[in-house]
Formats: sequence, C-alpha cells, structure tokens
Amino acid sequence: MSEMTYRDALNLALKEEMRHDPSVVVLGEDVALYEGAFKVTRGLLSEFGEERVKDTPISENTIIGVSVGAAMGGLRPVAELMTVNFALLAMDQIVNHMAKIRSMFGGQTCLPMTIRMPGGGGSQLGAQHSQSLETYFMHCPGMYVLYPATPADAKGLLKSAIRNNNPVIFLEHELLYNSKGEVPDDPEFLVPIGKADVKRAGEQVTIVAYARMTILALQVADELASSGISCEVVDLRSLTPLDDETILTSVRKTGRAVVVEECWRTCGLGAEIASRIHEQCFDILKAPVKRVSGLDVPMPYSRKIEKLCIPQVETITQAVMDVMSDNY
Amino acid sequence: MEAQLRKVAPDQELLKFYDQMFISREFEERCAEQYTKGHITGFLHLYSGQEAVAVGATAGLHRDDYILSAYREHAQAIVRGAEPRRVMAELFGKATGLCKGKGGSMHLFAPDLNFMGGYAIVGGQFPISVGLAFAARYRGEDRVAACFFGDGAVNQGTFHESLNWAQLWQLPVLFICENNFYGIGTEVHRSSALASIHKRTCGYDIPSEKVDGMDVIAVYRAVKYAAEKVRETGRPYFIEATTFRFRGHSMADPGKYRSAAENDMWKARDPLPNYANRLIVEGIATRAALDDIEARCRTTVDEAVTFAEESPWPEDREIWEDIYV
Ligand SMILES: Cc1ncc(C[n+]2csc(CCOP(=O)(O)OP(=O)(O)O)c2C)c(N)n1
Ligand SMILES: [Mg+2]
Repeated sequence: MSEMTYRDALNLALKEEMRHDPSVVVLGEDVALYEGAFKVTRGLLSEFGEERVKDTPISENTIIGVSVGAAMGGLRPVAELMTVNFALLAMDQIVNHMAKIRSMFGGQTCLPMTIRMPGGGGSQLGAQHSQSLETYFMHCPGMYVLYPATPADAKGLLKSAIRNNNPVIFLEHELLYNSKGEVPDDPEFLVPIGKADVKRAGEQVTIVAYARMTILALQVADELASSGISCEVVDLRSLTPLDDETILTSVRKTGRAVVVEECWRTCGLGAEIASRIHEQCFDILKAPVKRVSGLDVPMPYSRKIEKLCIPQVETITQAVMDVMSDNY
Repeated sequence: MEAQLRKVAPDQELLKFYDQMFISREFEERCAEQYTKGHITGFLHLYSGQEAVAVGATAGLHRDDYILSAYREHAQAIVRGAEPRRVMAELFGKATGLCKGKGGSMHLFAPDLNFMGGYAIVGGQFPISVGLAFAARYRGEDRVAACFFGDGAVNQGTFHESLNWAQLWQLPVLFICENNFYGIGTEVHRSSALASIHKRTCGYDIPSEKVDGMDVIAVYRAVKYAAEKVRETGRPYFIEATTFRFRGHSMADPGKYRSAAENDMWKARDPLPNYANRLIVEGIATRAALDDIEARCRTTVDEAVTFAEESPWPEDREIWEDIYV
C-alpha cells in the first residue's frame, strides 16, 4: 500500500496500462505537452513519446470519433475530454456511434476505448463548467459508466476500464483530485466493473452514493454514529452496470435508504435507484426511499448560493434523520 | 479526350467494372420492388445513377484499404465483396443478414472485407475514418482509409474537424465526396457558401481534385492516383466526384424538386449504357458478352431475393446479444 492522491492514482493507472499494453494511446486537448488541464497525464509524454501521447485540436466530437475509429482499427485509446461539460459537443459520437457500433453491426466489432472526463460542481465555475451529467450517459445502453470516490478505486477502476473491450465513460470528480488514500501497489490490482462497494457497514439506514457524494456520506455516517444512528454506505463506483445486488442486499438489511446524487434531481440516478428499491424491497421498507439531489437549476456562480445547489453533509444528515423518524 | 480503355486496365478488369455497375443497379432496382412489396421496410436510399463512383473508386483502392460510407452504401459493400444475398437478407431484417438483421439498409458492415460501415448520421463517418487511419499508421499497416460522403455532409462540423485533423496528424485518409448535387431536396448552392466542394480543402492545405463521377474510368484513374499519393506522402487527399441519383433521396421521396430537363440531362449520362457502348466500340466486349454479364447479375440478385425471403427471422433473445462484449 502507498498513500497517494486520486490524481496520482489515475496517473499511475495510465502509466501502468501504457507499459502493460503498447496498443494503449492517450489523446485529448492539452494532454501531452501541457500534461492535462488537471495534470492527470503528467509525465506521460516524456515516458511514452509523441506517437502514444497526443495533443488534439479542440474538436470534442472528433476526439471521440477518432477514438472510435482507432479502437475499431486495433488500438486501445484513452481519450480525455477536458471536462464533462464538453462531452455535450461529442454526444453524437458518444451516443450515436460509440454506443451503437457493436450492436448495430451485429457484434462484428468491439470498441475497447475509455473516455476520461473530469466533472462535478463546487468550485464556483458557473453554469457551464459545473455540471454533473452522469445520468446522460447512464441513460444510453452500449457503454459502461464508472465514477470512483477514492484513490484506490480510481486506480483499480481506470485499469479495468482500459483493459475492458467495451466503451467506458470514466468520470473523475474535480474536487477529489487532491484527496488522499491508500492504494495497493500491485500493478495487477483491478477493481471489477459492475461491483458496488460497501464503504462502511451499518444497521439502520443505507446511504447509496457515488464519487464525491460517497465522501460526504461517509462523513455523515461518522458523525451520526456518535448520536447512535448506524448507517451503511454503499459506494456505487459503477453507474452502468448498476450493482442491484449490493444495493438491495444492504436495503434488505437496514430497511431504509437515502440516495445521494450530485446530478439534477429530475430523471436523476436517484430516481432510478429509488424505483429499483421500491420495486424489489417494498414489503420490507420501513420508510420510503429519500433522495438528496443537486437542485434543478443552472449552477449559480456565487459560493454562498452555489453550495445550496449541491448535496452537503447537512442535507444528507437531515435526509437520514427523516427516514429514521417515526412520522416520515 | 477519353483514354483508350486498354491503356487503363486489362480487359478482364474493364469487364468487371461493367459487371459491378450492373449488379449494383440491378440490386437497387430489385430493392425498390421489394420495398413496394413490403419486404424491405424503414429507410431505403438507393444508389442508382452513382454506380461509377463506387466501382471506379473501389477498383482504385487496395483490398486492405478501409472503406467507410453513409447510408446509401449497398453498392459500396457489394463491390467490395459483400455477398448480395447477405446484403439483401440484412435489408429484409433476417438473421442471415450481414449484421444479423440488426443494422438494416443504412448500417452494413463487413470487417473481413475492410468495409467499416455505413453510417446514418450525416458526417458521422469522418472522424471514424481518421481514427482508423491513425490506427493503421500506428500499427505500421499499409492502409488508406477511404471515406465516402455526400455533398450535404460537407457542412457538418466533423467534416472540418476531420480534414484539419487528418492533415495535422498526417494520416492516410482519402476523402471521396459523392456530389449528387442534392442533400435530400436542397441543392448544393442553397446549402454551401462555396458550391465548388473540392475547393473547400484549401483551408487545410489538402490537395483536391474534381472528377466526372458518371465515368467509371475517370473515377478509377483519379482514385488510383489519389490513393497512391496518400500512400506515398502519408497525407490526406480529397476527391469530388460529380454524379446524380436517378431516384428520390429515399423511397419516401418522389423527387419533385428536380426538373424533367435536369433529370433528362443526367439520364443521358447514365454510366451504364455509356460505358457499355465504349466497351463495344473499343472492341473489348460484344453486345452478347455484355448480355451474358447482365443475365448473370440478374440471376445473382434473383437468388439474393429468394435467399432473403427464405431466411429465418432473428430469434427474440438476439435483442440482448451483441451489445456488450
Ligand atoms: C446529423 C444528421 N442530420 C440530418 C439527417 C437527415 N438526413 C439524412 S440524409 C440527408 C441529406 C444528406 O445529403 P448528402 O450528404 O448530399 O448525401 P446524399 O443523400 O445525397 O447521398 C439528411 C439531411 C441525418 N441523417 N443526420
Ligand atoms: Mg447529395
């Protein structure tokens, strides 16, 4: 085990996979010479050279299309979109091409490619740079969607994504890049795609969360433990495929669930998960499932009001208290 | 002056051009009939009139070169070597189709033939072609990625992004615009500020050439030259082939926006009878020999229709197959 940041864990995953497989190439805006807008690709150009670490024009749709073609042609591209917000310019290649090609061509090809995208809000970047678009990708079949919360998961999941033969959307939370944690040293350490992780065991309430929301949920669970409320925290890690098994097993044990999502509430992943819980566990639920969500507004800049739009420790705590109360 | 055919290619090759153009036409006309009968459903965009482009261009490429196209791509797939019966079965939505009936008319794919897909989002194939060219160069493969597209596609962002990218990274992409002068019902000069499409590459310093897309020999020579240039320089090249589709945009389009005079002018330039005449005049084939070719093509297409009719539908469980590896 070594302690490292989420950023360094991602960086190490990229380096290890590039050493492991010469067909892995990294491309994106400012990923080579500049070493990435968030410095996740630091040191790649100097170690692997210009043929494998490629700066691209500011052409998001084409970054993904070129990756699709490269994957079809036998490479294993890892594209970086500078932030998830810009993925909207590439939705044609992501949704109409990347996610469709294997199926619409009758399984005759596959696309072993990964798209890394930093995202999430909370840095006063305003409405166009603070979005959480995970459900946009979850809605579309034909690709996986991963979103790690810890450095260890960041490393193990990114390695799994790169090795996987399906297209993977790999989200990274901008506010987690500097967070630290223990990461296994073994270069074969992989986190399986499609497996949620019980980050904290508990008895009375299940908090389902992902990415930065997991970190907040763990803090809430810690604080509530001292007032005698026992929370179990399920960290999704994989948004597609969703690990129903782990979620439902936990809820069957606790009988209560709070889903925390940074994305907008309407048609958010919280609605999906709440619905799955209600369909599968209705008879044993002690309270309706509660959602804590990003507010349905374009993100305001001012930090005083920005934080009201994103789930906070206080709002999650309140939600747990609500599902615990007799008259909820 | 027209080149004498024998200076361009051996007789066998010259006859193959006719064979391929004829089967492409025959295939499309039978598709129209099968659509009217309700055997083919969905969108159906026919290639009749444009055969000289697919045939000439494919002959100018190597078998290892990738071909990508849009949704009007039956001929490109067949000329590259896809079995007409498996293409027809795909159009019928049958399990024996090229893509197991999951693609349909607009999404043919045959990776064993390096036919890397028909794409139905206008301009979607540009970046994918660039990516395939990148992979080929990275892996040290001698391949050109030939990207076919229409005059309407040149106004998509991906067109400009991909031209810039191919030149910037010095990739072996051959862009082939099939300018049939219409994007559905909109004539080129009503959609393009610069209607002379091959001139649009100057912003990317990509050499380009305009060729008569009704003349299979002209297309063949232009593409052969261009593909060699791409191989030699490792850089992109651009061809605009002017042509005409004899039918509407799709089976749903009666084509009211084109005048009888315009249609007649282009019909007189039909690549099939004109090329047949040349073959006869230059003593390469007799009328009887061409009749033979035509009869064989008709039989092949007849068999394709029968095969498609008799083939089974996909199993219901196929719905869940082939989405993830
Ligand atoms: C992105 C996108 N926009 C619109 C359409 C609808 N559409 C289908 S074909 C077409 C015209 C394309 O014309 P052109 O590129 O000249 O090809 P042609 O049909 O003449 O072969 C349009 C607008 C589409 N398929 N994709
Ligand atoms: Mg057109």
